[in-house]
Amino acid sequence: MEKENSRRSFLKNISLATFTTLAVSGCNMKAIDEFLQQNFRTLSQGEKDEIVKNLEAKYKEKYEKDTHVSDKPAMEGVLFGYALDLSRCIGCRRCVYACVKENNQSRDPQIQWIQVLQMEKEKGIDYAHSTVHYNPEKVPEQGHFYVPVACQQCRNPQCTKVCPAKATWQEPDGIVVVDYNWCIGCRYCMAACPYGARHFNWGEPNLPVEELNTEMHYLGNRPRTKGVVEKCTFCVQRTREGKYPACVEICPVGARKFGNLLDPNSEVRYILENKRVLVLKEELNTQPKFYYFFGI
Amino acid sequence: MKNNKYAISTIPVILVAFLMVLIFGCTSNESKLEKSEIKKIQVANDVNTKIEKPGEYAVEPPPFSDGIYPCTECHKDLVPNPVKRKLVDMHDDISDMFNHDKENRWCTDCHDLKNRDSLKLANGSLLSFKESYKLCGQCHGDKLRDWKVGVHGKRKGYWNGKKEYLLCVNCHNPHSPRFKELTPEPPPVRQEDIK
Repeated sequence: MEKENSRRSFLKNISLATFTTLAVSGCNMKAIDEFLQQNFRTLSQGEKDEIVKNLEAKYKEKYEKDTHVSDKPAMEGVLFGYALDLSRCIGCRRCVYACVKENNQSRDPQIQWIQVLQMEKEKGIDYAHSTVHYNPEKVPEQGHFYVPVACQQCRNPQCTKVCPAKATWQEPDGIVVVDYNWCIGCRYCMAACPYGARHFNWGEPNLPVEELNTEMHYLGNRPRTKGVVEKCTFCVQRTREGKYPACVEICPVGARKFGNLLDPNSEVRYILENKRVLVLKEELNTQPKFYYFFGI
Repeated sequence: MKNNKYAISTIPVILVAFLMVLIFGCTSNESKLEKSEIKKIQVANDVNTKIEKPGEYAVEPPPFSDGIYPCTECHKDLVPNPVKRKLVDMHDDISDMFNHDKENRWCTDCHDLKNRDSLKLANGSLLSFKESYKLCGQCHGDKLRDWKVGVHGKRKGYWNGKKEYLLCVNCHNPHSPRFKELTPEPPPVRQEDIK
């Protein structure tokens, strides 16, 4: 009492000093805006456009390349589905590296959204004895079959339920997306995913600038930072423009099929109606939209 | 409850409110949704669409070797020889690697003897190289059926619009159709190898 509210005056002076410094230094308003950004789902179209423009400027500065970051919303009447022909996949891993290039994944530390499991034909689908590290001279190896696994875009996704920050959700066209600006990196979603489809940026991602894919989507393949979770988004930057995902286009044996589940004439619907189809870990009731089938 | 002079009327009011919520809150709007959903699907799929005539497919051009087509450039001056044999002069490379039902077939079963620029169906009618899938489909009907809807083989283009088919021969060498083995891309790094 005799000290003339020294604590109060200290706090007042400190906060005044901070605000003045910030104001005077002509601080980086963009950094503050980014920090204070609200959840992507609550933003108006105008705010999204603003954010996307700032991102383009940021990437231009960092990578010295003109980028186009899209914030295109889901198309109406579309629910994406994927089908993969287990009788045709030869395990060549061309899809893995096409995905890495298309989606600007970190090369070192290495992140690969598609993991190709090699399994034995005699044992069938047996995760315990499968391997991602097969490296023979030629594929396919006798007696083995290959199961590429990426995000299954479940209709009942467990990962979106456990996120404490609500940074991941399922879009109306069925793609489960992550807002990298909102993700706090707790990795609950990684624990919840039964397919191991989510990947974490343990270190600062390293991408070679000459291989940067400049067509990006805010929720898809824009370059990530350290400490966020990422995963397959069905190439949202391509599929929302009507193109096929990169893995579908590169597959040399035509094992991958993609389409709109709500369109009765699409390949995926034909497969579901006419082929022997299976999903992984069906007993968990995640209801994936990634179907494996036997084309022969 | 004794102190509450409204005790008698509270419970029925709550029950009635609950029933109202059940009745009015749980009606489904399915029939209204269906029509608008159908319209949306049509809109989504009309983008980039061009209606193809039935039976005609937009295909990639056949993968001819340089200078090999049109065949009549050489064959208009040569006498056709229908005897089944191993070719030793021109096309000996194809004859050497030929492995497509070798016991029962040879060149003139698919290539027309007199019109070398055409392929030949089982009923004798001629077929352009651009429609060679019809020839393959004579024996491989199930694959043709799946190819037509895009489930066998590959199609390039848009999932909601125009697509271009790859012919059978764009992937399968018709003279030796079985795929060769590929060298796989490198495996992911092992945890123990990360420094």
